[in-house]
Amino acid sequence: MRADQFMTLRPEGLYCIPGDFFIDPVRPVDRAVVTHGHADHARPGHGAVLATPETLAIMAIRYGASHAGRTQSVEYGEVLTLGDTRVSLHPAGHVLGSAQILVEHGGHRLVASGDYKRHADPTVTPFEVVPCDTFITEATFGLPVFRHPPGADEVAKLLASLELFSDRPHLVGAYALGKAQRVIAEIRAAGYDAPIYLHGALEKLCHFYEAEGVALGELVPVAGLKAKDVAGQIVLCPPGSMADRWSRKFGEVITCFASGWMRVRARARQRGVELPLVMSDHADWDDLCQTILDTQASEVWVTHGQEDGLVHWCGTQGIAAKPLNMIGYGDEGDEAAEPIETDEAAS
Amino acid sequence: MKAFAELLDRLAYEPRRNGKLRLMTRFFRDTPDPERGLALAALTGGLDFKNAKPNVIRGLVQERTDEVLFGLSYDYVGDLSETVALIWPADHGVNVPPPSLKVVVETLATTGKADLPGVLARWLDTLDETGRWALLKLITGGLRVGVSARLAKTAVAGLGDLAPDAIEEVWHGLKPPYEGLFAWAEGEGEQPENDDPAPFSPAMLAHPIEDSDFAKLDADDFLAEWKWDGIRVQAATGTAKDGTAVRRLYSRTGDEISGAFPDLVEALPEDVTLDGELLILIDGRVQTFNTLQQRLNRKTVSAKLLASHPAHMRVYDLLRQDGEDLRPLPFAERRERLEALVAAHDHPRLDISSMVRFADWDALAAARSDPGSHGAGADADAVEGVMIKRADSAYVPGRPKGPWWKWKRDPMLIDAVLMYAQRGHGKRSSFYSDYTFGVWRADGEGQALVPVGKAYFGFTNEELKQIDSFVRKHTVNRFGPVREVIHGEDAGLVLEVAFEGLQRSTRHKSGVAMRFPRISRLRWDKPPREADTLETVMALLPEGER
Repeated sequence: MRADQFMTLRPEGLYCIPGDFFIDPVRPVDRAVVTHGHADHARPGHGAVLATPETLAIMAIRYGASHAGRTQSVEYGEVLTLGDTRVSLHPAGHVLGSAQILVEHGGHRLVASGDYKRHADPTVTPFEVVPCDTFITEATFGLPVFRHPPGADEVAKLLASLELFSDRPHLVGAYALGKAQRVIAEIRAAGYDAPIYLHGALEKLCHFYEAEGVALGELVPVAGLKAKDVAGQIVLCPPGSMADRWSRKFGEVITCFASGWMRVRARARQRGVELPLVMSDHADWDDLCQTILDTQASEVWVTHGQEDGLVHWCGTQGIAAKPLNMIGYGDEGDEAAEPIETDEAAS
Repeated sequence: MKAFAELLDRLAYEPRRNGKLRLMTRFFRDTPDPERGLALAALTGGLDFKNAKPNVIRGLVQERTDEVLFGLSYDYVGDLSETVALIWPADHGVNVPPPSLKVVVETLATTGKADLPGVLARWLDTLDETGRWALLKLITGGLRVGVSARLAKTAVAGLGDLAPDAIEEVWHGLKPPYEGLFAWAEGEGEQPENDDPAPFSPAMLAHPIEDSDFAKLDADDFLAEWKWDGIRVQAATGTAKDGTAVRRLYSRTGDEISGAFPDLVEALPEDVTLDGELLILIDGRVQTFNTLQQRLNRKTVSAKLLASHPAHMRVYDLLRQDGEDLRPLPFAERRERLEALVAAHDHPRLDISSMVRFADWDALAAARSDPGSHGAGADADAVEGVMIKRADSAYVPGRPKGPWWKWKRDPMLIDAVLMYAQRGHGKRSSFYSDYTFGVWRADGEGQALVPVGKAYFGFTNEELKQIDSFVRKHTVNRFGPVREVIHGEDAGLVLEVAFEGLQRSTRHKSGVAMRFPRISRLRWDKPPREADTLETVMALLPEGER
């Protein structure tokens, strides 16, 4: 049995023929298995969704309780039979509830890893290596220029800046799901215990993380506050708000952005970032390569990102690899997946 | 090296002058000698590493990385030093601390071409990404972190309560790593001796004069001269201890530019400091600023350019003569000595800026509006306005208010239509504050707008808010950080743009480039169809370029 005999690419997304389900479909389908709650992987309108309880809860927060006809929650490691396949979910270390999907069929083990990372992150269950024959990997940071430093180093930069520019609010752009909570948790781990101020768009998911047992310390809504109230304080907001009119009321802010893309200076400058914090939900180059080796897969499919580099590297290791050229996926930080700046919702 | 790398990293992203100053001053305070002094040398362009060329670095990285992966990465990142810094494979076995700046500077001074790659590779192995980036930027020249030599010196002054000009005064007698300078700035040492035989003297600058100022000023107290459209320079000459002649040309901020102007340097009189304007003169006529520009920002100059663009200095002040500091003397007295000096020296490359005679302010106004018939003659196009100086004024560094004034000619004005807007930086990062504007050009049956320039200041904060709001409400297209704004005959925003001059340009679609354009007024009242045409703009070109 070869992987492409039971797993195939359709316009909706990856489709498992003997199991009759899609993985992270980009269009509404009858049966979807969803790796994690980011909007490019978890979309509303499916007939049935199978995911971890956390992912289902996140989808309900984002899209409302009726985002799918039916939902089924599966714990990490629990094995289900779907059609002629055995399916189980395993921690991916990407965001809360994120999972890799192991599909076993005809003696072949295939892992669709979704988005994943292996760097330490206090807010998630760590990535678990799942040995397999075929490994489907992302390649968001699939070039050897992307090496993420430890989160603590980046937080140290932020705290040092806070000390030097203690008269200016530090506005930290961070995606609402996963990044914001990780940034806060890393800041707390560094011993910073002052209140952290939140843009309204981040509140719900932060509260959800706390309800799930991730301690984030004192969080204060920033709505209604002025520049002087947050001088020398940390204010978290969605990246789109960093340079939006919303940020104006805080006066001369220091614009910070927590993203793996901040490794590249041109990307940071393009967004007017003054303090780039290289912090990512995704595996960096070294971890992408190491993970492929760890799974002992003999075949690798690359879904989205910098496929060329990773496919080339697999070749140098004697591992068969092909790009899937899937569209519709990207880091939530990528321009494509980012919601257009909302002027109207500003003020 | 680590602290210096972190400093460069932060400076590269910090858009604000004050922010940059704070970062540098903190670095100078926290970093011991000689590291901080070598950092200051790097920031002021005082370090030069001859053998470290980009191809050496390219060769190094090719040995250590997969060619395809490097190619893909370089395409993505776009900058060689940065790509190498990021892609350099970590060598976890290295158990040596990264080099200090001192080690880098001393080692590179004594390392030959053949040994250089090995030395560099060892350093790169010990540094982190930021450290590698900073090292490569440092040794390949051009830090490009938005810090001028002047700003770095200002940051040193900020260690205590020195004036930046006090540092300029002694700067050219100093050498890295500047231990004496730092001790002085921190109040722990004496002012360093400046034994440079041809030192730079910080320039005296003028305030723009406002209409309301004239009522308070008595014309009899003042002298006036033409303000020339060139580059302010200072020439200093002297004799070194060993008897050799030293001749230098400085920019107005104290950067030495002698190398680019050998023709002028050899024309200087001995043992003087002269303040004046750098111009290009052909057949006794002052050429346009556009022509002068071809000789600027070069380290060396070709024989061809020396012949086609001969440099000239039109002097207007004498600060030092035969070892005597003349700066405390009244301007009128310095001027007399200057006239005598220029007459005695009698060199075609050096002349004196002639005085403008006037009985009262109205007479001066008349001269300013028509320099041609008030003494400037054929060079009237090169006159930017008049300088007004108190006859009794001492030469004081900086911009003291009162003794010197500049009264520029009225700017040129056009009405243009806003076409594109881009977000600004720093505290303007939420505002669309950089504007591309255009004028009408006949196009087949009708007319179309062609961009003629870009402006990002001149407006008040209130006007900025208004334009920003207009841009957001009338966006028709987005290109990354740029928005295209509605601009038709009946819809759009007309901007009155002021500028100092116009020149031909092959780089601009319209064929012209403006000097110093800024938004002078918002013409909400004016329909875009009535904005100016390219023809009208072209008519403003200097006669020779039309």
